[in-house]
Amino acid sequence: MSVAAAGVGISSVERTGGPDGPVRGAGPDSAGPVGSRRLTPYFLLLPALLALVVFYVLPTLTLASTSLQTGDLQQGYSITWHWATYGDVLTQYWPQFLRSFAYAAAATLFALLIAYPLAYTIARRAGRWRNVLLALVVAPFFTSFLIRTLAWRQILADQGWVVSIMKSTGLMSVTDWLGLTSGRLLATPVAVVLGLTYNFLPFMTLPLYTSLEKIDPALLQASGDLYANAWQGFWRVTWPLSLPGVVGGTLLTFIPAAGDFVNQQFLGSVSETMTGNVIDSLALTQRDYPSAAAMSLVLMVAIVVLVTVYVRRSGTDELV
Amino acid sequence: MPVPDRDQQEILAQLRRAGLSRRTLLRGAGMGGAAALLAACGVKGTGSGASSSSTGASSSSTGVSSSAAAPAGSSASGAATSGSSAGTSSSASASVPSVADRSDTDKTLNWSNWPEYIDVGENNASDHPTLDAFTKETGIKVTYTEDVNDNNQYFAKIQPQLSAGRPINADLFVVTDWMAGKLIQLGWVQPLDHALIPNLKNLQPALMDVPFDKGRKYSLTWQSGLTGIAQNPAALGGKKVESMDQLLTDSSLRGKVTLLTEMRDTVGLTLLDLGYNPEDFTDEQFTEAMAKLQAAVDAKQIRQFTGNDYAQGLVAGDIAACLAWTGDVVTLKADNPDLQYVLPEAGYTLWSDNLVVPILTPHKKNAETLINYYYQPAVAAQVAEAVNYITPVVGTKEVLAKQDPETAKNVLIFPDAATLSKAKGFMELDPDQEKRYNAAFAKLSGA
Repeated sequence: MSVAAAGVGISSVERTGGPDGPVRGAGPDSAGPVGSRRLTPYFLLLPALLALVVFYVLPTLTLASTSLQTGDLQQGYSITWHWATYGDVLTQYWPQFLRSFAYAAAATLFALLIAYPLAYTIARRAGRWRNVLLALVVAPFFTSFLIRTLAWRQILADQGWVVSIMKSTGLMSVTDWLGLTSGRLLATPVAVVLGLTYNFLPFMTLPLYTSLEKIDPALLQASGDLYANAWQGFWRVTWPLSLPGVVGGTLLTFIPAAGDFVNQQFLGSVSETMTGNVIDSLALTQRDYPSAAAMSLVLMVAIVVLVTVYVRRSGTDELV
Repeated sequence: MPVPDRDQQEILAQLRRAGLSRRTLLRGAGMGGAAALLAACGVKGTGSGASSSSTGASSSSTGVSSSAAAPAGSSASGAATSGSSAGTSSSASASVPSVADRSDTDKTLNWSNWPEYIDVGENNASDHPTLDAFTKETGIKVTYTEDVNDNNQYFAKIQPQLSAGRPINADLFVVTDWMAGKLIQLGWVQPLDHALIPNLKNLQPALMDVPFDKGRKYSLTWQSGLTGIAQNPAALGGKKVESMDQLLTDSSLRGKVTLLTEMRDTVGLTLLDLGYNPEDFTDEQFTEAMAKLQAAVDAKQIRQFTGNDYAQGLVAGDIAACLAWTGDVVTLKADNPDLQYVLPEAGYTLWSDNLVVPILTPHKKNAETLINYYYQPAVAAQVAEAVNYITPVVGTKEVLAKQDPETAKNVLIFPDAATLSKAKGFMELDPDQEKRYNAAFAKLSGA
């Protein structure tokens, strides 16, 4: 109790004492009469706003208008406010939506379980190896992620060593019994989640590292002085202070993973297609652009809702 | 997004051409090489992109010429004589502005083709001896790009430009029969000037009056192939897959079977297995075939639907048996000599990929010169020997019989009359059928 209070107390002190607070408060007051000063922030925002409009707002509007069109290639498409497309894609493809979110959630959880100890070690225990280890976390990006995903196809192959070890140790019969595998690893949900976890692991590790590295070791010493053991110190000091990293990392993992289709395509089978695969097929094979646009928008809205709820729940407003 | 699939296949193709076996390719040590090749792909990509923009710029500088009516008019008369479905297309193409042909002054040509679909140099995979000889002979410099991996995806790529009346990157590209037919109907490809292609006399007579382009006004065959069942005996445990029915229902193959994303191949073979004719079938028969395929998917018999990326899994043994294209399997045998190929007793599909010239290209004459060049038996023999598909050029077998008797004897490359008698094409679909069948087939593969 006291430890937690100390932690929160100090962090709030830090916040008010931080550079942003006073400066932001003082800015408008002192520069009030000067018009150009007041506009400066908007000028500074201009490039970002332009980029946002050109690369986000306009495409989204195009997407929205496409989703309400009907027609075909020969006759052309026109907006007919055909809202039924949304109902159609939802009734037809809800399993793919559920699967996407389930796989993305699983991958996010596994990535967190792997990345937290990793980031903790790099931030707190690595000493002079810190930079080397950080470089190693980023190193996979030097190779195309397609190549890396294809590599898993070799590693998990039916005749590969991973499968033969799993079979000889009896692990495979356990996972088979659980319905996770079926005598093979490749072309199963396990392989897809593994691919997602692997590909997004650095996106989880780096935010975690940044927030863990910022934590003042003196806080942990203080918790020790207040009779917290190591576990209590972690749970009441380190974990709450690392929450911004956890939230950032989970968002950076979950959002792209939910829309991913490459891992499914390379590592999955026909039985576990995700939303991304459906959009790919609708847009490029079936050329049903309205349905593809509707799918994309539904996915976007669903992610926004999930993320909003999550951020509210985890109360990051206070922690960031 | 088409990118991964295309990249993936391109990477595999490049690696294969570079003489690395697919199995060693990803074993860690291969990673550096793979990355280098990927980088090479990237460079190649930008190269073709740059050339496309220059084509665009030059054509706009020439402006839309008033001689536009000439090719459109000739196409109309051509269509009138053939009296086929091409009639609708010529009216469509007449409305599209054309550009003046600058082939005589601008000796370049952009050719888009499928991966591994042409001869390669012994040491350098990006070197194509027949193309080099062509450049030497005619002075026409060819930019050869392997960016067609899937008919639908390539269509999705060129459709925005062509439907907006803008030229595409390629002056010549290769697509499968039904897609060629669709492009002809849309009026997006130009009629060929047969006077510039005297070697047309070497075309296999059976290919002269194909249903989608009677008299070959708009397209000419590049290569043909059969779709049958490839198998890896080691993964099958001594079994042999003889029929589509066995492929779809034999539970010992569960999860080790792949089918093709090309609807006409997968559905075509299933229709044949059910005793129907893929060249002429009803909606009910199509539904029955889909039900049979769906049952196999539900039973988890089917691992995946693939393009020619079944290659890796088949050689490695992850795939025990799959639908596959003849030329691929002949080539893959070099990696794994045990691979077997079965043409089902009930029948199999025969398809062709066709050279077409898109509208608005300023290099049509160059394209026709190139087509004429590849219709020489001696040149076709060089290609046939490398790609192992069925050549449309009469006289190729005789040339190869002297140079490479083994290839000349292979019935998968030079099918005899008995083999061809059981090979079927696929019926032409109207846009409504096309849409319904594609949607049903996509649902089958989980999307």
